[in-house]
Amino acid sequence: MSPISRGFTGRRREGDDPSRVPPGQYVTADFPVLSAGPTPHTPLDEWSFTIDGAVTEAVSWPWEEFIALPAEDVTVDIHCVTKWSKLDTSWRGVSVDALLENVESEAGYLTAWSDGGYTTNLALGDVADGQGWVAYEYGGQPLEPEHGGPARLLVPHLYFWKSAKWVRGLTLTPDDQPGFWETYGYHNRGDPWLEQRYQGD
Amino acid sequence: MATLRDETPLTKTIRLELDDWSGHRAGQHVDIRLTAEDGYQAERSYSIASAPEDTQLALTVERLDDGEVSPYLTDELRPGDDLELRGPIGGYFVWEEPYGGPLLLVGGGSGVVPLRAMLRHWAAGPRDVPVRLIYSARSLEEVIYREELTRLAEETGLEFHLTLTRQWPDDWAGHRGRIDRALLDQVAFPPAQRPLVYVCGPTAFVETAAQALVASGHEAGRIRNERFGPTGT
Repeated sequence: MSPISRGFTGRRREGDDPSRVPPGQYVTADFPVLSAGPTPHTPLDEWSFTIDGAVTEAVSWPWEEFIALPAEDVTVDIHCVTKWSKLDTSWRGVSVDALLENVESEAGYLTAWSDGGYTTNLALGDVADGQGWVAYEYGGQPLEPEHGGPARLLVPHLYFWKSAKWVRGLTLTPDDQPGFWETYGYHNRGDPWLEQRYQGD
Repeated sequence: MATLRDETPLTKTIRLELDDWSGHRAGQHVDIRLTAEDGYQAERSYSIASAPEDTQLALTVERLDDGEVSPYLTDELRPGDDLELRGPIGGYFVWEEPYGGPLLLVGGGSGVVPLRAMLRHWAAGPRDVPVRLIYSARSLEEVIYREELTRLAEETGLEFHLTLTRQWPDDWAGHRGRIDRALLDQVAFPPAQRPLVYVCGPTAFVETAAQALVASGHEAGRIRNERFGPTGT
């Protein structure tokens, strides 16, 4: 039970739709930037996307091949653990389903890894069946480096730290292995509707 | 909540008496949750300004005009009021003695707050690690902890470089203008010394400073960032 904050009324946002804005979040029109280190700038001719780990055969696509894969346009709401949500964001990218289509694996988890050393862990069940993409366009434009370009993971139903910026690959793992923020006290799964912000939530 | 102190026209330091606090590491933050009488809540994150060695937990809060929580904390809160907070949170933007150095702290505006916690922690220890602070503020009156930082620079081995970006006194002998590669090349530890770098401030400040550090030859893996505020884009 929270104590009442004397004199606090708050700036209610009557327009915020509780069916779309999870508890503790507020809607912003901006696109705030958060990252733990400097923004990497990997040239596209050095960029590739790799699926490896607990797979029969690793697979890798150079940039030109990657953007030639069947792409989807998605419009989704995104939710950052720092409390902002942004509605109706539009992206273009390749679904994780398509990337894993010809991959043989018994693994139940994956680690997304990025230029700059960032990692985040996800259950396959949280990215499969139309829940995850590797996105390279935002709002009809190439994804800017500050927002994770040339490509970032997009898993909008979890807090946005799971949508790894500058993603370069998915390493499939038999066990769940905590990623960067997950080892620094943030929740292992990060469901915004359950307010899974920090360990113990 | 114990005491409030004006730091600058826009910032206040809140010192807290805590019933149950497990301690923190320099650089971590807390979440403050406010609750209205009808149950409406708003929660935001604030960097801890005090060192683990300090007896009271201190937060330095900058008032954001369009903010929901910060104007309450700077304008409405009174000594004796209860505050609900959660933390400490974050384990990456943290400095402790074993991390070593040289320690380079780069702050913009109220981004100096967690860096001040690191400095106090450093000053309370053996001070074996060389430390420099490069702090960018709009004007002299907006410099947070100015007296304390000046005193630390006089009494310890801290090298303190202040740059003012909008206004400066006529006789200002310090740096002018935003932190850029030229300033970093002049006052930062050289890349060959492999400093451990902490950059905190508004998003654009952090982006610019971190890119300038990388361009100067500093290792990206030794640059830790903490950002706040919208991008405005």
